[in-house]
Parts: sequence; structure tokens; C-alpha cells
Amino acid sequence: MPRSDMPLRAAARPSSPSRRAFLIGAAGGGFVMAFARAATVLPETSATTLIAERGFEPGLWFRIDIDGRITVNVIRAEMGQHVGTALARILADELEADWSQVRVSHVDTDPKWGLMVTGGSWSVWQSWLPLAQAGAAGRIALIEEGARLLGVAPDACIARNSTVSAGGRSISYAQIVQRGDLTRTYTADELAKLPLKTPAERRLVGVDTQAIDIPGKTTGKAVYGIDAQVDGMVYARPLVPPTRNGSTVVSVDDSAARAVKGYLRSLTLEDPSSTVPGWVMVCAESTFAAMRAADKVKVTWRNDDTATLSEQDVLDFGRKQFADPTAGATVVDDEGVDAAFAAAASTLERTYTTASVLHFQLEPLNALAFEKDGRWEIHTGNQWQSLILPTLAKALGVGEDRIVMRTYLLGGGFGRRLNGDYAVPAALAAKALGRPVKMTCTRPDDVRFDSFRSPSIQRLRMGLDAAGAIVAMQHDASAGWPTQVMVPSFMPKGKNDRPYDPFAIAGADHWYSVGAQRVRALSNEVANRAFRPGWLRSVGPGWTNWAVESFMDEAAHERGVDPLNFRLALLDGSGRNTGSAPNSVGGARRQAAVLKRVAEIAGWGTPLPKDTGLGIATTFGQERDMPTWVACAARVRVDRASGDVRVEKLFLVADAGTIVHPDGALAQMEGAALWGMSMAVLEGTRFENGQVRDTNLDTYTPMRMADCPELQIEFIASTEVPVGLGEPATTVVAPAIGNAVFAAVGARLRHIPIRPADVLAALKQSA
Amino acid sequence: MSQFVLNGHPVTLDIDDDTPLLWALRDALHLKGTKFGCGIGFCGACTVHVNGRAIRSCITPLGAVAGQQVTTIEGLDPDGSHPLQKAWIAVQAPQCGYCQPGQIMQAATLLKDFPDPSDADINAVMAGNLCRCMAYLRIRKAIKLAAAELKDGSSHA
Repeated sequence: MPRSDMPLRAAARPSSPSRRAFLIGAAGGGFVMAFARAATVLPETSATTLIAERGFEPGLWFRIDIDGRITVNVIRAEMGQHVGTALARILADELEADWSQVRVSHVDTDPKWGLMVTGGSWSVWQSWLPLAQAGAAGRIALIEEGARLLGVAPDACIARNSTVSAGGRSISYAQIVQRGDLTRTYTADELAKLPLKTPAERRLVGVDTQAIDIPGKTTGKAVYGIDAQVDGMVYARPLVPPTRNGSTVVSVDDSAARAVKGYLRSLTLEDPSSTVPGWVMVCAESTFAAMRAADKVKVTWRNDDTATLSEQDVLDFGRKQFADPTAGATVVDDEGVDAAFAAAASTLERTYTTASVLHFQLEPLNALAFEKDGRWEIHTGNQWQSLILPTLAKALGVGEDRIVMRTYLLGGGFGRRLNGDYAVPAALAAKALGRPVKMTCTRPDDVRFDSFRSPSIQRLRMGLDAAGAIVAMQHDASAGWPTQVMVPSFMPKGKNDRPYDPFAIAGADHWYSVGAQRVRALSNEVANRAFRPGWLRSVGPGWTNWAVESFMDEAAHERGVDPLNFRLALLDGSGRNTGSAPNSVGGARRQAAVLKRVAEIAGWGTPLPKDTGLGIATTFGQERDMPTWVACAARVRVDRASGDVRVEKLFLVADAGTIVHPDGALAQMEGAALWGMSMAVLEGTRFENGQVRDTNLDTYTPMRMADCPELQIEFIASTEVPVGLGEPATTVVAPAIGNAVFAAVGARLRHIPIRPADVLAALKQSA
Repeated sequence: MSQFVLNGHPVTLDIDDDTPLLWALRDALHLKGTKFGCGIGFCGACTVHVNGRAIRSCITPLGAVAGQQVTTIEGLDPDGSHPLQKAWIAVQAPQCGYCQPGQIMQAATLLKDFPDPSDADINAVMAGNLCRCMAYLRIRKAIKLAAAELKDGSSHA
């Protein structure tokens, strides 16, 4: 069955390499490889000429300098995933490059890169084929030219370690670049037919290496956005208004601030892009002066009704949506769902909720903006430059071609920096002052301006026949929709032709065979109005799977079936769950395999001490079109007196296809799993009267060292398409923990984070 | 006017004594390895040493370090190859890396107090250092690796 989320996936990807030709040519004493738009490539035009004329446009992936140094251009943000290392390894492997000669360049924005976004666990998956093809094209050209220079046939040559050899003779890539004519043009068809290495021939992909970005992160030399500086800059701290969207400045009184040494002035921002309504920027000669002065500036705001909205209003609105059968977009809507429910011998219905969650990336939001030689420069760490550039252009009243975003390391992304709204106030202040402005948010500023994870409410229903077989399932999910608020053009249409945020519903369209199925995505308009819902690590699958996997557990127990066997029987790989090439080969059967394996390593079914339980959960990661099959078993011990849940150990198994950088992949699994646990039992806030309740670490309590459980993580060996790993492990942990609590003490939790009081209440109910 | 010794060199700063040491280091001295995270001493990203003890520079006024020895991540080891830094690389501890200067500075004093730290010692001393990437298990592993190396080094000395 064609999935309605396909249009989004196409939009989210860079231009397909098949629509581009590929060029190799000499340039600047080196050798470059570039993709060119097919229309610009004429067969008789020399690639060198074209590259020279067009200044390497439009898509330069890498170059080899005459000293043999290879620079791989990476358009993805480095925020902890060691992405440059993984991407460069893909290219260098096909190129047969000497890894010690490979450098990574995290590039600034330029239209030639196409869509610049780092999110969705997409980076390796999106870049695999184009980078492999670029490397292969380079290898073939170098072998051909090396063979000519050696006076042998190309077939007699092999390339290894940046050297072409034939018999006892060899020539280095550096020498070939110096002496050879590497000019080549490939048509799109030729490019697609380039011979890529078989898995057995790979020398870098799948082999561990130290990440290129790590040494600088141990010495203080790594440069993050917050470290950016330029001569003559003004330091600014914002006064964040009482509501995200509905506040206007009535008056500003800075009389007390004037006593602060270094205070300059307070600016009420005029924002043509409407990104930061009601903002005042307090400017000073140092960060600390701006922070101290801002504490003394009194602003009076006029607020709309969103200043009175709270988390409960969001949840109440969701319940109203459930009751209206015409509401929402249908993402899955099989024939006969209603009839199947009507004919069912019994039904099970449960409601699940999740609390607001802060990004709390450790580097507070910041940006440096200035105009130089008629061009705006924005210095900041960012995950989706292509999204914020048009907004910056609107805010500044200039064309996008007049703005460049300089790239920095991100002191944590987790989705917060997909939304680049924080660049706008710095740019507006710089324009108003005619001087460079460096904005640094305090932690409470950062949190109050967070586009946090929306609270969610979900209703799941299952219809069973007289024999206990599942004949129908419906999943309704209501939450704030980040994509609707920030990039509505990215929303695909559901079966009923209504647009929906795929990131806020993915996961509900699971791979279990459950008869006639309906998935309804409900845009929570209260949330969308009251704050700016954000994409937060794993996004929708972080809450939809909390519901799906808790519900599956409840259904298994209702039927008196072992929760593992119950799931395995539904993961039969039939119908739409068969899977398809290239991304989901094997379908639900691969999901069943990771689930079986995690049960094995966790000792599923063996006795445990009193009040200790093992819970399982399994998901397909982020989206059906890029499934990362993952399963978790959580072992928890519950203190019946205090309600405290101690997570002792998490077992995880993932099938992510080909693993490019094994240790980096493991680190992503570790971090993602612990994020899942932190959101399950440690952290969460509430939206109250237009603001989140917790604004710093005195009351917001993400995981610390002592909370950290033992982890045991395995990957399934695979040569399938490499899929994502940044988020999938986040999606399985909360339901595994919830199910483990039930296994331990019989208390069923239907809200995360799970707090001791919730456990005590559930224990009372189960007694 | 404030004078102290920074990474072995005397410095004089003409800024207010109540300026947090963090901002003196970052804005006035352009030493950016010390990071701003929470501003209330709860995340540990701004950890530096004063006379060899780990302190939170975001809540330590400049006046409080007058005449003292201040060491930042840049001064922990002249080559950036303190046993902890080497161990951090060996176990590939950092993810985004933003908290790591603070983690390493905190861990350096931990090893002085507990040359052979147990998990409980590490949990207790590192409790104030938040890693939002949650690379805690690798940080723990790196601390133990560095402890082992220091022990080896001293037994051969």
C-alpha cells in the first residue's frame, strides 16, 4: 500500500543524485568532484572548464590536493553524533583513500549544498548513496589515470590507501593529481551504474575508528556557537515575553539598568518575520553586564489569552478531538474499520498521556549577527539552515543570497536547533544598532524560549473476535504539531486529504498485523497557539510508542498471553508489513528478530527477585520508510513504600542495516536509550499559564551519573541499507520501563514521566 | 582591578570584582574552553580549579579568586594530554562535548581525592556535572582508565 508520508520524505531529501550529472576536474592545482544539475552539463563541455567557470558549483563533495590531502565537505551539523567521521568514511572507503589523509570540513551555508538539515536520524541514510558514488567515481578515475601514467591497463591496477598499484609499481593519488588529467563527466545513468564495492570489500565502513571531532572536545579547543566573537560586538540578553506568540510590549523602563556599568540600551524589536513578537533586547558591553542589566529592566507587556492556557487545556482539547469522528487527518484508514469494531466480540480502550519535555541542550541559545560588505553573517550552531534562512531574509528585509550562516559545533541539538528562531533576534538587534550583536540567553531565557516537546494525549482501541484474535485497531493522537507551526509546506496529506505532521504521528502506523486499522493524527490547536511545539529527539515516536507498546502489553495481559509471544505473533510480516526494497527489506520479520534477540539476552521468562520486573517493547524507530528495528528489555525494581522506580539495566538490540561507524553507532544507541529513560522516569515539566513551570536545574531533573543503569546493546549484523540511529533507541525505553513496572508490582502506568506518586496511586488501584 | 594566577601566568583584570569568574575568563580573557550552562552552579560545565579544587566559575565572583591559582581546561596539561584527556579519547567519551571540559576538571580533583575510585565515589563526585548527551557510562569508564594509568605511572616511578 502506498504510504501517504512519501511526499514529505521526498521533500526532506536532498536533490536526488539521479537528477544530476557528475563532474571531475582539475581546479586550483587540485582535483575536485562535483555534482552539476543535468541541465547545465553539455556533453562536449569539459568538466574542468565547467567547474572553473562555475566556481565548483553546485555541489562539491570533496577534493584531493596535490599533497594528497583529501577534504570531505559535510553539510550536516556536528552535535555529538560524530557525523563527519561517518560520512567521510563512506566516501573514503569507495575512494580507497588513506584514512590518515582525510579531513572533514563542516561547511557554511551556500545554495549549492541543496537542503541543509540535520535531523530525523537521516544523515547516514540520506548520504550513503551519493557519497559512495562520489567515492567510486573518484576511485575509477584515479585508477584509469594511474594506469595511463604507469603505462599499464586499468584492469591490471588496484587502488588501496590512496595509491594505485600494478605488479610491483605504484603511484600515489597525490602524484596522479599532480601529473594526470582527471577530467571526467558522468551522465546520471553512468553514475548510477558505477560499480560500488561489495560489503566484503569494505575497509573503512563497519570498521572502528576514533571520531575526528573528539580530541578538540577534551582540551577546550572545540569551538561552539557560543564561542563566536568578532571585534566591536555588542552583547545582548533578551527579555523573553510572557507568551510565545501573543505578547506585545507596552512600555520599557530601563532607569534601574542605567546604573549597571557597561549597560548600553534596551531595544524593542520590530520583527517583520513575526518570529519573536514582544521581544526586548538588553544590550551592553559584556555578557555579564547584559545579564545583570536585563534583570533591572522593567517591561510591561499586553498578552492575549494564551497567557492563561495550561497543560490541562491541551489535554482537554485532545479529548474533545477524540470525541469528534470527523476531526483530524487519517494516516491509515483501512476499509471496514468501523464494521470490524462493530462486529468485535470485545474491545479494549486505553488513554495515554505524556508531559511537556524540555530540550535543555547544555549550550544555551545564542547567535552572533552582523553585516559586512553588504552581506549578513549569522554565526551560530544550527540544525536546519534551509528552514531559517528565508525567515532571516524576511526579518532583515534582504534576499537570502545576502545571508550566510557560519557553521559551528552544537553544544547539543536534540532537535532544538532545527528551529533556528534564536538567530532572528540577534539579527534584528544588529540591524537596529548597526553593530555586531552577540545574543546569549541565560538558562531560564533559553528554557522559556524553548520549543519544547508538546504534551500529548492518545486514545487506543482494539477490537477482538470471540477467539481473542485482533480484528481492528484505532489510534488517535493529539499533540502540538511542530511541522504545522514551522514548515507547513512539509506536511503530506492523509487519506482524507487533510494535511498532517508526519513527525507527530509516526509510530502509530506500526508493523503489527492487527486487522482493519485506522490512525488519526489530531493537530492540537491549543498547543499550537499557546507555544511553539518543537521537534525533540525521536519526536512523535517518543510518545506514540509509549502508547502503542504500553497498549500491546495491556492487551497481552488482558488476553492472558505472554507479552513477548503476543507481539511476535502480530509481527508476521504479512500484507503491508511485508517490507520492500531498498529501505525496509524483510519488514516486520526483522522487527520480530530484534525482539526475540532482546528477550534472549535479557533472560525473558526467568524468575526475578521480589518487586523486580522485566518489561519489553519494540518499535521501528522513526518512520516506516526508514525503519530502524529496535527492541528493549528493561529490568526495574520498584519500592512499594516510596513508589520509587529503580531502572537497573536496559538491554537493547537494533537492526539498523549496515553500520558505518560502529563505536559512534553504539554511542548514539547509548545516548538515545538514556534519553528515553530520562523522559520515562526522571524529567518532564508542565505548561502553566503560558510558560513552562521549570526553567533551570534546580527543579528540572534530567538524568545524572548516579541514575545511569547498566546497558547491554547489540546490533544485528546486516548488509542492508544503513538507516538512522540518533533517535530510535529513545522510542522503546519508556514503554519497556512502564511494562516492567507492571511486571514487577502489577501497577499500570499510563503517563510519563512516571513519578513515585503515580506508582503509589497505580499500586493502590491494582490492589 | 583583580589579580590572580591563571594557568601559571599572572593576570590583571580591570573589571568589577563581582563579575563571575566564568565571564571574566570567556569575555575578558577569551579563554572559551570553560562553558556556560545553567548559571546557578547546577550543571558543572563551568568547572575550573582554584588552588587545585573544583569550583563552579559561574557563581564564583572574580573578587573571590584574587591572589589565587586558577586553572582552566586550557591549563590542565600543557599538551592537552593529561591522563584524563587521553582516557576521554581512548573510550571516545564525548558526544557533543560541551560539558566535557567541566567533567574533566571535576574528574581531575576526583582522582586526587580518590586515586582508585569506586562507582559510588564517581557517582557522588560527578553528580553535579550534567551530560545532556548522557555519555555517563563512558565518562565513568574514562575516569577508571585514567586512574589505572596514574596508578601504573606512580608505581613505576
